[in-house]
Amino acid sequence: MAKDEKFTAETSRAPVSQRGRTITTDADLGAIGATVSLEIDGIALKVPMGTTILKAAEQIGIRIPTLCHHDDLCVAGVCRICVVEIEGQRTLQASCAYPVTQPIKVKTHSGKVRRARRHILDLMLSKHYGECYTCARNNNCELQSLAKEYGVDHFRFGHPEAPMFEIDHSSHSIVRDMNKCILCRRCIRTCIDMQEVGVLEVLGRSDESKVSTFMDKPLAEVVCINCGQCINRCPTGALTANDQTDDVWAAIEDPKKHVVIQTAPSPRAGIGECFGLEAGTPMTFQMNTALRACGFDKVFDTNFTADLTIIEEGTELLLRLYKALVEKDETVSLPQFTSCSPGWVKYIEHFYPDYLPHVSSAKSPQQMFGAVIKTFYAEKENIDPADIVSVALMPCSAKKYECNRPEMTDSGYKDVDYGLTTRELAKMISETGIDLPRMPKSDFDDPFGTATGSGVIFGATGGVMESALRTVIELVMGIKVEDLFEHADIEPVRGFEGCKMASLTIDKVGPVPEILAHLVPNWDWLKGATLKVGVAHGTANAKKVLEDIKAGGPFSECHFIEFMACPGGCLGGGGQPIPTTPEIREKRAQAIYAEDNAYEVRKSYENPAIAMLYKEFLTDGPCGHTAHKLLHTGYTARGKFIA
Amino acid sequence: MIGTTLTGKLTFASLEAEAGLKKAVGMTRGDIINEVTASGLKGRGGAGFPTGVKWNIAGAAKADAKYVICNADEGEPGTFKDRVILSEFADLVYEGMTIAGLAIGATEGIVYLRAEYTYLRAHLEEVLAKRREAGLLGLKILGKEGFDFDIHIHMGAGAYVCGEETALIESLEGHRGEPRNRPPFPVDTGYMGQPTIVNNVETLACAAAILNKGADWFRSHGTEKSTGFKIFSISGDCERPGVFEMPMGITVADLLKEVGGEDAKAVQIGGASGHCVPASEFARTIAYEDIPTGGSIFVFGPGRDMLEVAENFLEFFVDESCGQCTPCREGNPKLLEGVHMLQRGECSMQYLNELLSLAETMQLASKCGLGQSSPNAFVSIVKHFKHEIMGRTPARA
Repeated sequence: MAKDEKFTAETSRAPVSQRGRTITTDADLGAIGATVSLEIDGIALKVPMGTTILKAAEQIGIRIPTLCHHDDLCVAGVCRICVVEIEGQRTLQASCAYPVTQPIKVKTHSGKVRRARRHILDLMLSKHYGECYTCARNNNCELQSLAKEYGVDHFRFGHPEAPMFEIDHSSHSIVRDMNKCILCRRCIRTCIDMQEVGVLEVLGRSDESKVSTFMDKPLAEVVCINCGQCINRCPTGALTANDQTDDVWAAIEDPKKHVVIQTAPSPRAGIGECFGLEAGTPMTFQMNTALRACGFDKVFDTNFTADLTIIEEGTELLLRLYKALVEKDETVSLPQFTSCSPGWVKYIEHFYPDYLPHVSSAKSPQQMFGAVIKTFYAEKENIDPADIVSVALMPCSAKKYECNRPEMTDSGYKDVDYGLTTRELAKMISETGIDLPRMPKSDFDDPFGTATGSGVIFGATGGVMESALRTVIELVMGIKVEDLFEHADIEPVRGFEGCKMASLTIDKVGPVPEILAHLVPNWDWLKGATLKVGVAHGTANAKKVLEDIKAGGPFSECHFIEFMACPGGCLGGGGQPIPTTPEIREKRAQAIYAEDNAYEVRKSYENPAIAMLYKEFLTDGPCGHTAHKLLHTGYTARGKFIA
Repeated sequence: MIGTTLTGKLTFASLEAEAGLKKAVGMTRGDIINEVTASGLKGRGGAGFPTGVKWNIAGAAKADAKYVICNADEGEPGTFKDRVILSEFADLVYEGMTIAGLAIGATEGIVYLRAEYTYLRAHLEEVLAKRREAGLLGLKILGKEGFDFDIHIHMGAGAYVCGEETALIESLEGHRGEPRNRPPFPVDTGYMGQPTIVNNVETLACAAAILNKGADWFRSHGTEKSTGFKIFSISGDCERPGVFEMPMGITVADLLKEVGGEDAKAVQIGGASGHCVPASEFARTIAYEDIPTGGSIFVFGPGRDMLEVAENFLEFFVDESCGQCTPCREGNPKLLEGVHMLQRGECSMQYLNELLSLAETMQLASKCGLGQSSPNAFVSIVKHFKHEIMGRTPARA
């Protein structure tokens, strides 16, 4: 299998004013070819030419406060909290935006600097309405922390006593409370530059400027994809996920209700951060115990339906290929796109509706599980589905929207009642007084308990593709993945590169396994074929790939492409703990791959619970009639001007 | 005095058409820049950056394209001299732009014209057309091989902040008019990411004059550090408001005598973002080394309420701040609120000192010149007219 050369495309659109100022500091000094000396607070150091003062100070352990700066985003230099004094310059300079190109002497905490920072905080607080007590970001708020650090002891320039804006609760996923906004514009840069969705912009000028949407419409009525990346980068409580913990508690307290929870792979890799642990400390089995302690009747592993997704989506791909290659059906849409990420699905519905036939009809693991719980599970356990409350723990804010899509009722009920984010669960666990890291470990509940590693890696970008490839290699080539890749780690689709392509030559084929025997007579038609796959994460990268396909570029020759709305995949989802940085996402990914390594069975089709499900329930097999009714769905071409 | 409000008497009116450009065509790029540098010409928009230095950096930059931008977004309250220059001496401005293009190696020039000057556009387009016909724009200007340059006009949309050169460039590129982080500076990374010089209307006209009559001629006017002459827009409580040309380094008192405003109690020099100079300091000079100005002079007679003056300027900045950076966006409304408190006699000395301290932060920490200079008038009025603004009774408001 070969990893194709890095796909090169235009880098993310950033305002020209900010382009060229996003400077890598840890770059190879030799490659840049020049260093520059400077002095910060009396300490001499050398940095690559163009390093910002902020990054230079970091290198010697000097912390400069920031608000509008974020490691994932291009430079803004608007909040001015990071100002420093440069010897010989009349004005203070924003250290996040000032590239060092000549020797300078910097003071990071002179009287002028401290006074300016305090003033800036006082000014922000004079417009920041809301009580810390009642804020979702209490104790995890950058403004609150800075107010403490800079000794804000009274509201020098006043403090609003009444809200100025109505809170926007219109979206299933995101709540916007502009009363708490400090206009750092991180959300705007996230939405426009990082995700290239462009829902948010500044409206108005001066002290009347505010972050708003097209025509100041509610979030539910614009092209927001609910990815929640803005939430993860908001320094205050202006952007939060729609909190449904009270509804879930109410269900738990209702003795008539049978409350089950499925948990996705990424929250386990992230939730420890809410309890003071290092990023990348997996909490899978401690969390199971905690969930039972909270009162959930059953704890299931979404990996089970991740495996199911692989079977359904993989079968769909093989069928598409068969139709295209053997039956010469020209109406078949290839490449097939994955459909697990609800942010991505809404993105393509809004921005590339013409390409919807490419999207796999297979539901996401969350929704497959929802449909299975209120049918198969209810029947098996003899529970009235009307009494089942199905909760999904997700790293994602868009999952809240997904479970509320009107078509997600194939079980005859709302398939998934509530989507909880990692942060919401951390709050619920805290409410019970449980210290998660100290919980004993326990396993998932039957009958879906056993999952494969292939399901776990869904949480990382490239994970869906890797598990699909593992299954395809074994089902089609009739060999063990391990014979091709050590530990079945398909490295070419791993890693955080924005858009990746890889190809696999099917040099031999095996017999058609029983599970697929009703669909294709043999694999001979695939012999000698080269399977090409692609991976993109973050909708800005998705856009690049789609534009490449439009232009007939290399991605148009792919057969299967994985798309994830969030940078890094689900582990960087909009429901994950705050803050998020490239390093934190990297560590969460390590936790996910470590869990994959710990499983013995690693291919979705080998999951015994999956085999049981097809044997007992989905008896007409993958992509069969029952599967189609419960596990597949359709999409809505929304366009850019429809919500 | 070199001239008066009668534009026919301005130096610009006495210059032979295209003489500067004709000379430039026979010079090397380096020599043109050297001549401008030697003249000591500094930016006439008010910031006073040496024009020769600006041209030199942009000239030395290696790039696919370079641009010459004429900043005709004359928005400083009380300034109207660029309007007069554009109405009467458009050719001279274009001549200066063409010389700049030759000097730095640009082929494209853009006039960023204030929205309120839309009525001038037809005239300015007409002059451009005539220049193209005369071979003063287009390919091979004045027959010089490789000297290609043309100019087009881009309309502003009414934002004061777009007079700030990087906001102007953002606006030209079709974005929200908001200042960029500096460095990098436009001479290095400007319009479309290319080296760009942004010069004021008057600066470009002066450059043409300097190429025509020489750096020494220009230096013979003004002071050592502020060479040449300057066009002023003078308004307010004086007998002869209008556009005047005066040498740099003139004292405030002499200027007032010229316009018939000797009884003024204060003069605002440099527009809303400038400084308020009280009568006790009328011996000071108008020059980059003393009181710099882009040309706007308000004369305040004995009857003026200085608090009203401060209120007026701050209302302007509260309207015109782009809203990008915290000190300017949130600071100006606080200062304005302070003025209202003073008017009601409700501002304590302690709070006034808080506001002065805030004003210092705004001057130091704002992102661009707008925010940095917006508290100037307030600060100088508080400093010089404390007796007048403190201790008011609510009735007077």
